[in-house]
Amino acid sequence: MSSLKQYIDLYRDHHDTLDKGSVALVNAMRPEALSRLESAHLPDLSDERSQYTSVEQMFAPDYGVNLARVNIPVDIAATFACNLPNLSTLMGIVVNDFFSPSSTLVNRLPEGVIFDSLRTVAAKRPELLEKYLNKIAPQTDAGVNLNTLLMQDGVVIYIPANVHLAKPLQLVNIFSSPTPLMAARRLLVILGDGAKADIVVCDHTQDDAQQYLASQVAEVYLGRDAGLGFYTLEEASLRTSRYAQTFIKQHEGSRLNLHYAALAAGVSRNEFVVDLLGEHAETLLTGMAIGMDREHVDCNTTVNHRVPRCHSNQVFRYVMGGTSQGIFDGGIVVTPEAPYTVAYQSNRNVLASTEARMHSKPRLEIYNDEVKCSHGATIGQLNEEALFYMRSRGIPAAEARVMLMQAFMADVIDTVGLESLRDRLRHLVEMRFNGQSASCRRCSDTQN
Amino acid sequence: MNNLLLDVKDLHASIEGKEILKGINLQVRPGEVHAIMGPNGSGKSTLSEVLAGDPAFTVTGGAVDFHGLDLLSLSPEDRSHEGLFLSFQYPVEIPGVSMVNFMRAALNAKRKYFGEEPMSAGDFLKLMRQKRAIVELDNKLASRSVNEGFSGGEKKRNEIFQMAVLEPRLSILDETDSGLDIDALRIVAGGVNKLRSDSNSTIVITHYQRLLDYIKPDFVHILYNGRIVMTGGPELALELEERGYDWIKEAN
Repeated sequence: MSSLKQYIDLYRDHHDTLDKGSVALVNAMRPEALSRLESAHLPDLSDERSQYTSVEQMFAPDYGVNLARVNIPVDIAATFACNLPNLSTLMGIVVNDFFSPSSTLVNRLPEGVIFDSLRTVAAKRPELLEKYLNKIAPQTDAGVNLNTLLMQDGVVIYIPANVHLAKPLQLVNIFSSPTPLMAARRLLVILGDGAKADIVVCDHTQDDAQQYLASQVAEVYLGRDAGLGFYTLEEASLRTSRYAQTFIKQHEGSRLNLHYAALAAGVSRNEFVVDLLGEHAETLLTGMAIGMDREHVDCNTTVNHRVPRCHSNQVFRYVMGGTSQGIFDGGIVVTPEAPYTVAYQSNRNVLASTEARMHSKPRLEIYNDEVKCSHGATIGQLNEEALFYMRSRGIPAAEARVMLMQAFMADVIDTVGLESLRDRLRHLVEMRFNGQSASCRRCSDTQN
Repeated sequence: MNNLLLDVKDLHASIEGKEILKGINLQVRPGEVHAIMGPNGSGKSTLSEVLAGDPAFTVTGGAVDFHGLDLLSLSPEDRSHEGLFLSFQYPVEIPGVSMVNFMRAALNAKRKYFGEEPMSAGDFLKLMRQKRAIVELDNKLASRSVNEGFSGGEKKRNEIFQMAVLEPRLSILDETDSGLDIDALRIVAGGVNKLRSDSNSTIVITHYQRLLDYIKPDFVHILYNGRIVMTGGPELALELEERGYDWIKEAN
């Protein structure tokens, strides 16, 4: 039996409650999502695109869903102080699926810029949602339809044409619940022509012992010559499952720098689909994953070159220890309509224990001769010669290992566009390799 | 009393089941410079790596006393703390680890071993500056990743720089002259000579007599087929230069 059934049943039994907690514009999307889901299934191990991660299984347990929108209290100040030193951001927080802007956010957003709940935007700027919401993500995807079926709110970021945001926007997702909880989170990011912004997303869990499941769909639209830095730091507990799908459409001359860091995770399945729709668009798609225990991190990318003269580069680094499992399935598609494409991909991985596993699969589909494409994948251990060299200089073996693992992540961290975030990532990665929690909750302690 | 810094007794070592060292005996006193010469494949580099504790080799027999310590029972890092230094024939490139972090980690590990506090940032930078001068190592190299993109000469100078920072009691220079032009050789040898003292010792492993013009040895040993087959004074190196290694091979 498909795990979707329980969610379909939930909707059928409670759609009044669900709709009541949401907005008409979203409610109107549900019937179609439902009809598509009835004959669909979530990716499982029999799917070629998901050979090592069963999304089906992630959604199988009986999580609670807070359809009645009972306010679950969370003491944000006491339990969470996401501290990015030297990085002053405009912050919004999502507790489970409830958005609350910080006071600075409300007062300091530049004219015309939106960083607000979907609910509010539906009231103030419905035309934005009509134009973009559920238009970037494919309507044939089961994960997207499930998210549409169950989402009650979401976050909308809108940067009008030619507005350059000086400060990064920061979206902090926190799970908090006394019982197992599933939350459907939706993010819509729209950059008008020539707009520029940096967005930092942090995923956290408040209670490491509780079980959480996130269905996260992000839709990102980049207008002509728009520039977006989009950085996600996952710092969840081992009991958290996260199915995160990110769909991006890029128009002419736009530039995307996307980085995903799985600093701490439970089961995390991440799909990135980039459509290059205008010439001279550039995509830098990077990620890193650290496994020290029984983490399961899966990154599945597809960069679709649909027009000529675009440039894409994918760089992913994994260090997997313990009994963790890493998966990288990296896709480049160059259509016949996309000559003069330049597309690169590099996936390098270190196995730091005998029981850790790494699966790496480059997936290149090139239907055009006028292209420059390359890919490389390596899976290895820490360099024994370097380790001995360091030990011979007196650096203890454990410390030398940490230094080498950190060094292994150095080049991918260097791709991040915000210097203060790069510094932060270096610090968090070091803490993680030293066996400490990389959670931002403790950042403030270590900084003081 | 026993005034030996290093006492190698009947040392046997193998790699992947193949015996390379077949009974090495070597005694080094404080202040002495020993040269070990020999044809390719005779075990010179293996001897240096076994003494430094390279886990790729298995010691199958013998003992090594290092100023009263059982050297073979120590980890590579503790051998370093206790004053053993190996200048690698092929220094390893470590992308992503800066020279500064590498040296700070090395130095502070040694201080911790002796129960001392980590060095302050100011003192550390001063020390780096001072030691760099000994081998004329460019500050730019010090800010880069360890050995990454260094020329052959820069790598060897970097080895001697590290030696200067760590102030070892026994330095083993494994083919430090290989790949060096004459100017680089002079700088490297000059660095080694500046670091010499009555209390520390040097083992120079080399193929050619050339380096010994700059670093004057007290003893010259010839290593062949895993054993030291001949020991003499500096004149032995000159004789080798003249006659080559064939007569050694024939006599053994």
